[in-house]
Amino acid sequence: MATADIHITEETHHDGHEHDHDHHGNFWTTYIFSTDHKMIAKQFLITGIFWALIGGALSVIFRLQLGFPEAQLEWLRPILGGWITPEGKLDPEFYLALVTMHGTIMVFFVLTAGLSGTFANFLIPLQIGARDMASGFMNMLSYWFFFASSVIMFISLFIETGPASGGWVIYPPLSALPQAVNGSGLGMTLWLVAMALFIVSSLLGGINYIATVINLRTKGMSFAKLPLTIWALFLTAVIGLLSFPVLFAAALLLIFDRSFGTSFYLSDIYINGEALPNQGGSPILFQHLFWFLGHPEVYIVLLPALGITSEVIATNSRKPIFGYKAMVGSILFIAILSFVVWAHHMFVSGMNPFLGSVFMLLTLIIAVPSAVKVFNYLTTLWRGNIRFTPAMLFSIGLVSFFISGGLTGIHLGNSAIDIQLHDTYFVVAHFHLVMGSASFFGMLAGIYHWFPKMFGRMMDAKLGYIHFWLTFVGVYLVFFPMHYIGIAGYPRRYYSFTNYDVFNSFSDLNMLVSIAAIITLAAQFIFLFNFFYSMYRGRKASANPWQSNTLEWTTPVEPGHGNWPGEIPTVYRWPYDYSKPGAKEDYIPQHIPFSMTPESNLPHENDMIKLEGDEAKVVVNEKK
Amino acid sequence: MSTTAHTIDDPKRSIWDGGQSPLKASYGKLMMWFFLLSDAFTFSALLITYGLVRSAHPAYDGAADAFTFSNNYWPIPEKVFEAVPFLHGMSLPLVFVGIMTFILIMSSVTMVLAVEAGHRMDRKNVEKWMLWTIIGGLVFLGCQAWEWSHFIHGTDGGTVMKFLVNGEWIEKTIFGANLAVNQYGPPDFAAFFFFITGFHGTHVFSGVVLNFIIYYNTVTGVYERRGHYEMVEKVGLYWHFVDLVWVFVFTFFYLV
Repeated sequence: MATADIHITEETHHDGHEHDHDHHGNFWTTYIFSTDHKMIAKQFLITGIFWALIGGALSVIFRLQLGFPEAQLEWLRPILGGWITPEGKLDPEFYLALVTMHGTIMVFFVLTAGLSGTFANFLIPLQIGARDMASGFMNMLSYWFFFASSVIMFISLFIETGPASGGWVIYPPLSALPQAVNGSGLGMTLWLVAMALFIVSSLLGGINYIATVINLRTKGMSFAKLPLTIWALFLTAVIGLLSFPVLFAAALLLIFDRSFGTSFYLSDIYINGEALPNQGGSPILFQHLFWFLGHPEVYIVLLPALGITSEVIATNSRKPIFGYKAMVGSILFIAILSFVVWAHHMFVSGMNPFLGSVFMLLTLIIAVPSAVKVFNYLTTLWRGNIRFTPAMLFSIGLVSFFISGGLTGIHLGNSAIDIQLHDTYFVVAHFHLVMGSASFFGMLAGIYHWFPKMFGRMMDAKLGYIHFWLTFVGVYLVFFPMHYIGIAGYPRRYYSFTNYDVFNSFSDLNMLVSIAAIITLAAQFIFLFNFFYSMYRGRKASANPWQSNTLEWTTPVEPGHGNWPGEIPTVYRWPYDYSKPGAKEDYIPQHIPFSMTPESNLPHENDMIKLEGDEAKVVVNEKK
Repeated sequence: MSTTAHTIDDPKRSIWDGGQSPLKASYGKLMMWFFLLSDAFTFSALLITYGLVRSAHPAYDGAADAFTFSNNYWPIPEKVFEAVPFLHGMSLPLVFVGIMTFILIMSSVTMVLAVEAGHRMDRKNVEKWMLWTIIGGLVFLGCQAWEWSHFIHGTDGGTVMKFLVNGEWIEKTIFGANLAVNQYGPPDFAAFFFFITGFHGTHVFSGVVLNFIIYYNTVTGVYERRGHYEMVEKVGLYWHFVDLVWVFVFTFFYLV
């Protein structure tokens, strides 16, 4: 058996230096101020799960308002207090705060920090064969900046004037003027402070991920042998590194407009019977700056999920990923294109139609690499020995959402059709499927897949299946009807539609959406139970429960600080040697040399045998 | 491990094959480079914003001699920045900021010399050149403080400007500048001046702090014991970046 061989090769490499010394710190150094990438990943994960629950709960509250506009919500008073009006209704301004905070929390705190933070931290050192991140200390700082940011954002939920309520895109002048809406007072200030800390956290994390992938790959781990998860996480970090600073600049300017009397985004405003002195700024400018981050952010959210899916689908189809180079190329192409399409969020902002057509063209080009990825997922599945693990189901679910949500992207990317669809529920349906649910499913797939490596135990598969089907059906029931509502012209972020006769015919559809949303949120508690129960009581995991090829499965079941007790394994082959013709097993891990698998080697791989053992040969003399 | 002295002629093996630093730079230096890349985007965003807002304002199209300050058009920078300490009342356009720029660029030169001395493990010279770099940075910050102060207090006579307040035109004499109003031109002119030069000044300040930490560690022999002066190099990268950004800020605010 191949796993037996692994241990033999490892034993022969033993040359006792800096291993097996225990890093048993106290509670504080182990769980709180840890510099171990695995613990930091778990910290990000737990915080992300916490935020996902808050974000989900907020969405259910505003869905109650949309689905049951006549309902008495008096029973929510114990939780929401004054946000329930004396008539037992949701306060309209609080409704705006709910959608704003739902968006902010889900996009940044769950699907950026919770997803990238968890899996970049956890997988990069384990899959490239490194003992830890390049700088464990900066990694710790990255988490603690995120934590501070979370605390401030969380506090903003409880202040009297309510949290920020200008939409997660915080367009000025609404967000710049406290007299415009309650949420633009202290709530908005806290939002900006929290996001500034968040950007620092993502910068500290990002440069660490990039430097680690470039410098700390183990012997033999060339970029062409990197698992696609690492490619995705690497390029995600690059995108974040280049786009977040622009949001930082935009936020700083907004802070000055709000608090210090400048007019960067403000001009010609007449509010509450008073003309404001601000002259010369432009709110459109903010939109440009915001979407220069905002659009790449979509891919910051999505790419890690796509990377995880590549890994899970290949492993559980027992087939090499179809088109590895095309996958890498399309990630790279998407990453580049993500920086030149931002203005498709602004087609109706009064921009020059010619400019609109340029951005439309660039936007539609993204369909090409996206379609390449979908095609490659489907062809990897095609005639594979599919193992329907919960992670695999969630990955297939992701592909489904990516297709159905991606198709509507082609409509929305068209600057003419966008005039009708802009700011309607069609947009809500589109991005919730293609980046919201798809990324969320990628995150869940990652948790189910790497749970054994994180906690040394297996999650319960049956509960996983129930969780998957309820969530999968629930997500479609929530977001599919929204397409119809949106085409009919329903605008986003409106508190109520019952005043308009045109929209009354959709109240049954809205009710269905709300019921589905409640069931979908409820289904997540099955996952939560499974997650925490399995952490302590789950079946003990074996070293390589999914019979996967990547390096993390060569570590002990519960790797300590430093990941490998002995020398870090050397890598000889790509990570997708599944079901190789002639091989004894249907998988050959990356660290098995070609000299040990003569029965399955291709001609050019036989030539590679000559190079084995030479890994140290090219090491340039390290001066430092 | 490499006891054998093969020549590396096989195309299959490359420096990117793992197990080493392919860019021949330590992770710390890589991180600094990537941080600077990120910071460059922050400054680019600010400068592009400045350019857009400025181009949205009308430019002065009269004769240069007849130029007067007004909030109806963007001022000519040479007419704004023409003061030099101790030479009150004289028109010396861009002289003072030219001196500032020269000082900052010279501090980059001394930083290069410090890095070079570090390569030679020459502690005495690292100390000397780091000290000059710190002095250069501090002098630049001092000059900026004087320039801000002059900008805030304004000219002796001020500028008479017209404002539309609740439907009525009101004339006011404005002296100097704050974030909301200024005597030189539209409000955004001073707001951007304060914001961008302030943001750059914050970078210079943190650079001086970093330089001082490096200087202190050099004096106490930390790097000598460590066996290399790479920290000088890393902070040097930051310092050069701050200088380079100033060149752009200078171009956008004073020259164009």
